[in-house]
Amino acid sequence: MTTTTPTAAVAPVAERVHSAPAKGRRPSARRSTPLTIAMLAALAYFLLPLFWLLIASTKSTQDLFDSFGLWFSHAPQLLTNITETFTQDDGVFLHWLLNTVMYAVVSALGAALLAAAGGYGFAKFRFRGDRAAFNLVLGAVMVPTTALAIPTYLLFAKAGLVNTPWAIILPSLVNPFGLYLMRVYAQDAVPDSILEAARIDGAGEARIFFRIVLRLLGPGLVTVLLFTLVATWNNYFLPLIMLNDPDLYPITVGLASWAAQAQNGGAGASSDMLPLVVTGSLISVVPLVVAFLMLQRYWQSGLAAGGVKQ
Amino acid sequence: MSRQRAAGPLFVAPFLVLFLLLFLAPLGYAAYLSLFQERLIGGTVFVGLDNYVQALGDSQFLGGVGRVALFFLIQVPVMLLLALLFALALDSGLLRLARVIRLGIFVPYAVPSVVAALMWGYLYGPDFGPFAQLSRTLDLPAPHFLSDGWMLGSLANIVTWEFVGYNMIILYAALRTVPQDLYEAAAMDGAGAWRIAWSIKLPALRPALLLTLLFSVIGSFQLFNEPNLLMKIAPDVISSSYTANLYAYSLAFTGQQVNYAATVSFLLGLVIVVASYAVLLTANRRRTS
Repeated sequence: MTTTTPTAAVAPVAERVHSAPAKGRRPSARRSTPLTIAMLAALAYFLLPLFWLLIASTKSTQDLFDSFGLWFSHAPQLLTNITETFTQDDGVFLHWLLNTVMYAVVSALGAALLAAAGGYGFAKFRFRGDRAAFNLVLGAVMVPTTALAIPTYLLFAKAGLVNTPWAIILPSLVNPFGLYLMRVYAQDAVPDSILEAARIDGAGEARIFFRIVLRLLGPGLVTVLLFTLVATWNNYFLPLIMLNDPDLYPITVGLASWAAQAQNGGAGASSDMLPLVVTGSLISVVPLVVAFLMLQRYWQSGLAAGGVKQ
Repeated sequence: MSRQRAAGPLFVAPFLVLFLLLFLAPLGYAAYLSLFQERLIGGTVFVGLDNYVQALGDSQFLGGVGRVALFFLIQVPVMLLLALLFALALDSGLLRLARVIRLGIFVPYAVPSVVAALMWGYLYGPDFGPFAQLSRTLDLPAPHFLSDGWMLGSLANIVTWEFVGYNMIILYAALRTVPQDLYEAAAMDGAGAWRIAWSIKLPALRPALLLTLLFSVIGSFQLFNEPNLLMKIAPDVISSSYTANLYAYSLAFTGQQVNYAATVSFLLGLVIVVASYAVLLTANRRRTS
């Protein structure tokens, strides 16, 4: 099991990873045009569905059927579609959007903080049972969250937590891989000498953690934050089984329910739910894509630390 | 020193308490429930391992597990091979527009799987999907992406689309940490680009590849979102036991068979853990031999 148990031997990698973006890549003068064209073809495959979504969001139901899917119709109506998406069923879509933001942000902040404190605790302190506890958590990385969802539902039903926001937030707070990542990260990113110096100055452990350690853990913290954010934002199975009040739905479950309505209303051109499903999908994609693009420097180096060190 | 020793457990305690309540407790509760059966006469009775015996002879459960195993064997190699090729291409320094390509391939990861499945479902569709539209224009027979024969491949395409970029980024990040002097030394010794990729880059990628493989085992065996959504547009093709997870879901929420659903969830978790360890052991043995 050497492959999943982090040891001290992996220490120096993070610093190289840190400096990687700053360090200029080999100034390889030769660029390959055939390779670039091949990769652009691959890129087209990955962007094609999103391009279709953007085009489809500008169409009425009639135009979705009558005009070619990969180009605009004669009467684009993106704004009309957006307005209708937000006013359908007394503005329930806005509810879903706000619910999603709330679930995702609370879960991500909580999970990142818990993982950071735990990872730091395991990396920098020795105490009775620390190794056993860490290995227990590490073993849980392989336990699939979806297989856990139905048992969690049954347990939450007993505790009266079903159909409340807690049913979505609580399970998202525990991220075993996040803890592992933060422990590996804390090992190098938090030098013992700084801790010693702060202790000599008389700073308490809590103060050291919140004032010094969290800052040093920056990129790792953002990585766990961002990936929990995505996992919660995109979560479908858990809210599907936990919630039955449409006002509590996140956007994924809401869109799926609209899609089912559009389907049941006959997939014919009479179905006026279709543009709402398509436009709602587009709106739900935008925030995460923007977040990833803006924070790319952080999550790329954070991921490297997790992927490289085993 | 004593204050320091007390601080360690305090830092890990919040995580461990929640881990106990939200990870170990549901597992234990599922194991407990799986030992009972609800009967019309006599209420809930202890039945020992009867539910497990039933599940292991249940063709719907076994069919679902078999289907996701097949899915894993086909989809994961394709996805990881593409991710590996893209990562090597990005790292080769030969690409123009490398940044745009890298981020563009990664973007699908930020798309919720519900939206991905809806989008691809519409793209596959016979009415206004562009593929069907094109074949109508060209007077060709439309491809039946949502038919029985194509469905598993169509699902595999959606999952591949979603996760190639994510795996590519992990592999690419790992490649970036290989010391540059290694390449320079190899080039001095007359090694070409392919030789360097094979002899230096691939071995360096081992841990990262293993990580992506493990995540893929977990991801494929618990396949749910994509078939659950395509079910609505192809109800005749995707049954309620198409994957093991769909089966557990329909047992719990349509069939109200709570105890049996807990058994199936627990068994599915076990299958995944066993498959993960099998992957790890194979990888480790290959290294030592």
